[in-house]
Amino acid sequence: MATWQIAVILVKIFLIVGIFQGAVAYMIMLERKIAAWSQDRVGPNRAGPFGLIQPLADGAKMLLKEDVIPGYVNKPLYVLAPAIAIIAATIGFAVVPFGPAGIDAPTINGHPIHFQIAPNVDVGILYVFAIGSLAVYAVILGGYASNNKYSFLGGLRNSAQIISYEIPLGLSVIGMVMLSRSLELGDIIAWQDTNGIGIIPAWGILVQPLAFVIFLVSAFAETNRLPFDLAEAEQELVGGFHTEYSAMKFGMFFLGEYLHVITVSFLTAILFLGGWDVPFVGLGVEDTGWIAALIKVGVIFFKVALMVVFIMWIRWTLPRFRYDQLMNLAWKAMIPLALLNLIVTMVLIQLFRGVG
Amino acid sequence: MKPDDPNLKRLEPPKLTVLEQTYLPQILGGLAVTGRHILGAAFGGTAVTVQYPEEQHVPTANYRGVHRLNKDEQGRVKCVACMLCATACPAHCIDIVGATAPEGWDDREKYPESFVIDELRCIFCGMCEEACPVDAIELTGLYDLTGLSREELIYDKSKLLSVFDMTKDAEPMKTGNPSPSLPQPTTPLDPEGPGPRSTATAAQLPSRS
Repeated sequence: MATWQIAVILVKIFLIVGIFQGAVAYMIMLERKIAAWSQDRVGPNRAGPFGLIQPLADGAKMLLKEDVIPGYVNKPLYVLAPAIAIIAATIGFAVVPFGPAGIDAPTINGHPIHFQIAPNVDVGILYVFAIGSLAVYAVILGGYASNNKYSFLGGLRNSAQIISYEIPLGLSVIGMVMLSRSLELGDIIAWQDTNGIGIIPAWGILVQPLAFVIFLVSAFAETNRLPFDLAEAEQELVGGFHTEYSAMKFGMFFLGEYLHVITVSFLTAILFLGGWDVPFVGLGVEDTGWIAALIKVGVIFFKVALMVVFIMWIRWTLPRFRYDQLMNLAWKAMIPLALLNLIVTMVLIQLFRGVG
Repeated sequence: MKPDDPNLKRLEPPKLTVLEQTYLPQILGGLAVTGRHILGAAFGGTAVTVQYPEEQHVPTANYRGVHRLNKDEQGRVKCVACMLCATACPAHCIDIVGATAPEGWDDREKYPESFVIDELRCIFCGMCEEACPVDAIELTGLYDLTGLSREELIYDKSKLLSVFDMTKDAEPMKTGNPSPSLPQPTTPLDPEGPGPRSTATAAQLPSRS
């Protein structure tokens, strides 16, 4: 690999990680704003105009707070857990495409620039799920290392939840994978763009509506977002696996959670909302020049932002699940429905496309 | 009523339709409600929050805030050290040391030499106000009770009387309004000029706004 290629990759890594970690700060502010608005309040508005400096104040608070490590914890694991949370959430972005790459794409030294840290990874979506499932180690280690039975129970509870919901999450995606015959996220977007009927695109939400609902619900549970946030149900459950964490170590769990939300929003946008595809405008898959590429990057970021807002909107709409309801939903409703969706998709593909 | 009583009316929750059993219509309905609130508060200005330091909240007339000790027309403390408030107080936060009234205070036998309310213990129930036979102690609408030390929040007689001076214009006494035309003595305990007890009745007083 040439030096310039490594440089390009490093620049992309710094850009993407920087952008998303910054975005997380503002997502926390957006979350607080949406929380306030849905309760007819104003929300943070003291730090800077419209409270726009609030994320900096929050960050400063996280860093400057006393960082307590209780004397009774298993120190190496205790420190490792939040690190795993943030690393697992960050490296998932490696295969997520942010924009198109094609023959007339912007180039460096004659090579097209991919809006993706690791382009052309054939197992794209499998990689995202594999990395996403690492988050469970953060949860269970955080609970175990805290050496506190409530934290430990919280860790077990939460890891059981994450593992349970990973099954319907994975199953719901297989339908789109079978339709597009690719695990590469860029190919899935291209399939959605090219296989529409007339001007109606074949977005995942239209061709796989049940899978969309299952994916969305499982994604909420995967990211510990309400109504599945049993990790932080202090009132009902004496806190969760991060009860013993303070200051920036708690902040890292939080950061990991929000990065996870961004990943999930990207996956939803790519798998079910057509990625950077814009219907009715005439920007096709083949348009990958500078301007078209930038527009498409804007489009996918817009869709992701909409998803993030939707996730926060849901948070202030639905009440929290009870733990047994949560498990029943996963095992008795989500998994059978996902399997049903899979079988129906399989049969329809065989009927309409023929074998092969 | 026994469980097998024929008069017992059994209510069954209505059966959910198939669509309702998926909960999706309800979820969408809930999203519509919160969405309306979010848009209203974000763009329609329907947020109800009071922006406190800039906007002051005006409590209703029956709000129970910081206490004050009322003064009569001569500016003397109205309290007659009968201890009823201290007795009625469920939090035991009122401490009164009574003494024989100074020379010339013809309308009473005792007055409080010291009158201390521990605002940290007070639960602002208003029982002291109810118990007072001479309407000497009242709860004002002051709600921003803060202090930098615990000692600051133990209010002695002078502080309680200064609360009266601070709030008497905004919140006239519920009974016995001191007439502003009378000359005000220099100190609250000035034994000069014994006056008649206030004869004003509630009907003659301006209502507390």
